[in-house]
Amino acid sequence: MTKELGWKVGGEQGAGIDSTGEIFAWTMHRLGYYVFAYRHFMSRIKGGHTNYKIRVADEMISHHGDELHLLVAFDQETVSVNWHEMVDGGVVISDGPMKAVDDRPVHLYEIPLTSLAKEAGSAIMKNMVAVGVTAAIIGLRPEDFLTVIEDRFAKKGQEIVDSNLNAVRKGYDYYNEHFTTRLTLPVAPPLSPNHLYISGNEAIALGALAAGCRVLAQYPITPATEVMYSLVKYLPEYGGIVVQAEDEISAVNMAIGANYGGTRSMTCTSGPGFSLMMEALGLAGMSETPLVIVDVQRSGPSTGLPTKTEQSDLYEALYGSHGEFPRIVLAPTTVEECFSYMVEAFNLAEKYQCPVIVASDLYMGMSKGSSDLLDPGIVKIERGKIVTEDQLQGVVRGQFRRYEVTEDGISPRAIPGQKGGRFIALGNEHDELGFEMEDQTMRRLQMDKRARKLAAFAELEGVAAVGTYDAELTLIGFGSTKGVIREAQEALLAQGLHVTHVQLSVLAPFPTDSLRPFVQGARALLVVEVNSQGQLASQIKLHLGCHDKIESCLKYDGDPLLVSEIVKRAKEVMTVGNPS
Amino acid sequence: MAILADFKAEKPTWCPGCGDFGVLNALQRASVELGLDPEEMVVVSGIGCSGKLSAYFGSYGLHSIHGRSLPTAQGVKLANRELTVLAAGGDGDGFGIGLGHFIHAMRRNIDITYLVMDNHIYGLTTGQTSPTSDAGMITKTAPTGAVEEPVHPLHLALVTGCGFVAQGFSGDIVQLATIVKRAIAHKGFSFVNIFSPCVTYNKQNTYEFYKSHVKKVEDDPTYDAGNRFAALERVTEANALLTGVLYEGDRVTFEDGHAKYSTKGLATQEHTLSDDDYVKLLADFR
Repeated sequence: MTKELGWKVGGEQGAGIDSTGEIFAWTMHRLGYYVFAYRHFMSRIKGGHTNYKIRVADEMISHHGDELHLLVAFDQETVSVNWHEMVDGGVVISDGPMKAVDDRPVHLYEIPLTSLAKEAGSAIMKNMVAVGVTAAIIGLRPEDFLTVIEDRFAKKGQEIVDSNLNAVRKGYDYYNEHFTTRLTLPVAPPLSPNHLYISGNEAIALGALAAGCRVLAQYPITPATEVMYSLVKYLPEYGGIVVQAEDEISAVNMAIGANYGGTRSMTCTSGPGFSLMMEALGLAGMSETPLVIVDVQRSGPSTGLPTKTEQSDLYEALYGSHGEFPRIVLAPTTVEECFSYMVEAFNLAEKYQCPVIVASDLYMGMSKGSSDLLDPGIVKIERGKIVTEDQLQGVVRGQFRRYEVTEDGISPRAIPGQKGGRFIALGNEHDELGFEMEDQTMRRLQMDKRARKLAAFAELEGVAAVGTYDAELTLIGFGSTKGVIREAQEALLAQGLHVTHVQLSVLAPFPTDSLRPFVQGARALLVVEVNSQGQLASQIKLHLGCHDKIESCLKYDGDPLLVSEIVKRAKEVMTVGNPS
Repeated sequence: MAILADFKAEKPTWCPGCGDFGVLNALQRASVELGLDPEEMVVVSGIGCSGKLSAYFGSYGLHSIHGRSLPTAQGVKLANRELTVLAAGGDGDGFGIGLGHFIHAMRRNIDITYLVMDNHIYGLTTGQTSPTSDAGMITKTAPTGAVEEPVHPLHLALVTGCGFVAQGFSGDIVQLATIVKRAIAHKGFSFVNIFSPCVTYNKQNTYEFYKSHVKKVEDDPTYDAGNRFAALERVTEANALLTGVLYEGDRVTFEDGHAKYSTKGLATQEHTLSDDDYVKLLADFR
């Protein structure tokens, strides 16, 4: 059983909440712990409640956890909003007098964080004082935070490093002089050699870089902008380039142009921007130009809840844009898959010469977690049917059959600059040479050719399961919810219930065959997703039927799923299914 | 060295007499005279009669979607800066649906050439008002005459800081070919607006109209193409019926402004990371 500690800091946005969380999280990570950090924030620059939850555990986790043991509250709102998460015996540290929400046995300790920070040099260091108090409560030493403080402040001078460490000490000493309550931190596991603390967005950027993406065209949008921040840093170091496009329409068309031009390119966005890209998605499909779009989903529709998570773009990813063309939709389920699926996405886009949509979400993209599994060794670049100069030998100029009707539906592709490969890529229906035409026979041949391309898709299984086919209840999810569903499954198994968990990471082509035995074998199915319409459930019904035993567990209030919510819904479903 | 025939491809389907023939012809001549290789060139076109240019010109081509030839062409150029890249479209494509991209392409100053076949009408869709239709012009969608002020592309280009602003007329292929040559040779974004009469749907802006109204700046020794504000004044005075290179100046290109951006075409290189690269990259996450 995982041993863990839930820690959270909260206050007004702009009051240093993020940096407090970062310092604590990085320190715990470097001590060898597995950390998962979730930021709750609002679409404004200053003011409004924000909090940063850090879950510390002795094994790999990919959920921020339902419970809270230690809360650092810079204002009353933080106490009020987060009180319900506090475990009995937990500790709330408050900067000044604050009120408990009810009479549950939670320790509420008033500590003069701001005045202690002033003593250390500046009120701005109240967060460092809070870090010191945390250290005292969980049995760490102030010095344990030193390397992280040095990393953050060394460029501002030794004096700043010293005063920050001093602020930590002040909090540490003050707590020890006045209070005795301690919380138990699990024993740190041995530090693994590949122990990384990384967000989904950062892993996506690294994956793109590893895949050979050298042109990024993007328009800033929460929660996808961090991908751009990372690539703005990386791409120039490898000769590549980032363009901040004037809008998402421009961004996606630039990416199409760059891929046509022979360099791997992508764009990255969230719901509103993804909607703007729909027409161009069809151009990539029709012109058979490779394209990778990352959609870091957020709550919709329209502007929705711009800083909150959701998985509600599934229909759009699967069906968006007019007309019919093949596409691949991937939904990485872990931070490691954010990396590896980007490499896959670029390979698949070139192999199948079609758009690939990577559907992440705010929860996956902006949360950071410890991982030991990110493996650069898996990277292998495969560029599909790009023709060689030899293959173009003897082709009469202008006669290169870019859209040749082939058995597998995939045609040879030339890159501008190649001699003998001249062709027109186009969104109009066309003949094998790429000339616009309206001949009915050729129309059917080209439509069928494109549709055929994905028939043999077998690169990714797209289904990861724990459990047997014949479960009492099978939990099914996709993308970022893997961690929380797995924990819910464990909780249900611990109660003696026969529960299987299946997580999908490929949504198109739909992994019907891999999923079939689970859907057919289970007594009941609970499809868990962060949207209101049950978009994944509808896909399962479409491809596999079994309507009468499919139930949904849905969340769409902006907050990420909790383990307890899935467990509760699972029990409801099982009770209805077993009326004894 | 490529010859004129190398720049020819599919037989055009434009109406006999269409101004776009003149544009195609001028582009072919300019390319031969510049000694370009058709397979080192890409023409990205939008949608409309003008959009068919990419199919009729002998280079690589990308016939994109309505209004988006500029972002697509910029993407092609960034993928391989060694290619000669042109974007082409009409007034509806470029100054209606795609106008935003026009402004930003000028700001960004990526080294591509933008040819607009401006016929003041939507031709392929059989005669609706375009963003450059003159006020009062009667069309199928404005039966009592257009009431909106037309877009003024030359003014826009001049005030947006475009480094090369020119206008041609497809009735004067010799002048147009010279302009296109200079536009392609210009380092940075170059814009050529071309009066390209629609012989079927626009009975107002005809060859005869332009022949009798257009003045060439080459014929005016007082014209200073190095002075953006003077150009603005002269274009305004002439009601934009001026042809030639109206303004040319130096600006740092987007490519050169990014010092680390590979000077060799990205598409001509392998892009893999070494073990050392990973060690360096992953250090940030430890």
